[in-house]
Amino acid sequence: MFFPISNSHISPVYLAAIGFIIGVLGGFFGVGGSFIAGPALRAVGLDWNFAVGTDLAHIVGKSVVAAKWHRALGNVDLKLGLIMAVGTMGGAEVGAQLIQMLKRVGNVNLVVSVVSIVIYVSISSFMIWEAWRTLQYQKRRRPRSKVPGTAKKQDESSFSHRTQAIQRLKLWPMISLPTSGVKAISLWVIILVSFIGGLFSGFLGGGAGYIRMPMLVYVLGIPTHLAVGTDLFEIIISASYGTFSHAIKGNVDILIALVMHTGAAIGAQIGAISTQYFAGPKIRLAFVPLPLIGAAIVIYTLVTGHKL
Amino acid sequence: MEICPPAALGAASRDGNNEEWEKRGDSRMKTDTSTTLRAFLIELAVYAVFVTAYFFLVLHYLSDWLQDLHLHHVKIYALMTIVLIIGQAVLLESVTTWLLRFLRGRSE
Repeated sequence: MFFPISNSHISPVYLAAIGFIIGVLGGFFGVGGSFIAGPALRAVGLDWNFAVGTDLAHIVGKSVVAAKWHRALGNVDLKLGLIMAVGTMGGAEVGAQLIQMLKRVGNVNLVVSVVSIVIYVSISSFMIWEAWRTLQYQKRRRPRSKVPGTAKKQDESSFSHRTQAIQRLKLWPMISLPTSGVKAISLWVIILVSFIGGLFSGFLGGGAGYIRMPMLVYVLGIPTHLAVGTDLFEIIISASYGTFSHAIKGNVDILIALVMHTGAAIGAQIGAISTQYFAGPKIRLAFVPLPLIGAAIVIYTLVTGHKL
Repeated sequence: MEICPPAALGAASRDGNNEEWEKRGDSRMKTDTSTTLRAFLIELAVYAVFVTAYFFLVLHYLSDWLQDLHLHHVKIYALMTIVLIIGQAVLLESVTTWLLRFLRGRSE
């Protein structure tokens, strides 16, 4: 199928299949899946600037539906989401401007490829380390539960002492987040976390859930189910802004995003339903290979110069 | 990765007869899983037909108009990207939810 806006020929079946896989991952892990979508679009010859902008548009569609489900379950902290949207939009704009700068210099593909490889490998390494530490911590601390399976449903982190230290930082203005159970936290910490998420979103595409989700849980101390819902709500605002910004800069092929989303719509349902059967840090371990697959695709494209 | 049968857990703690409730929970979960799987496979097939028709009818006619907007009215194009993706998301969610409900209802 020919996509005139990006001047590219891509199979719609390939796009729908990628969308489907990302939809399943999004529904299951609560992430946008840009670590797969970006490399997958790049692998069929789309320039990085189009891959980034188009993936953002596709993320908007997915997040609207997912956030609606989470809102119905009471998993959205509106106050936190709205504050974060401000920081994310600022970060996304800086990320988009960096892409523009690299486009002008003419090495956008090389720089974004290298940065994405570093980020994806770092995320996987961190998650292996954190999940392994949490499992060890659980083994040491808790005797076997009398009711089989209940222990697995608890989602603990070996990072809680650092989270508490961050919450004790007295950097005015301090705000409370009653929905998330946070008594007081500096506004600047929230803005910084969202700015970093936005920067990655604008620079590498997607909702940057791979970086924002761990920061919400480990840095801000938001309970995991609320972090997923609030992140999705916030992504609607920030990804819409990012899409608009990238579209004005000529980086969005909406037809590709629409085709990808047809697969994502059904994949998201399968992923969401699957979550009721799995829980605990082992999910985080299962997540580990995914960014590595993205990194492998980028390395292959970068080294060989071939499309998949 | 381990599987937690949620339906079995609460009941087991109430009665204290864990093994029996676990077995019941397991068999109920297996039935649920096979029903869901079958419904999904049918849904996937019906959905594929819908999507193929959608590709040819909607996207084919949209492409020229969108390319023109992209070249000559970039701000309207930017706005349309958001309207189109949200519109499609809401539409497809309604279609998939309806399909799933319809198919699960029929197979139960």
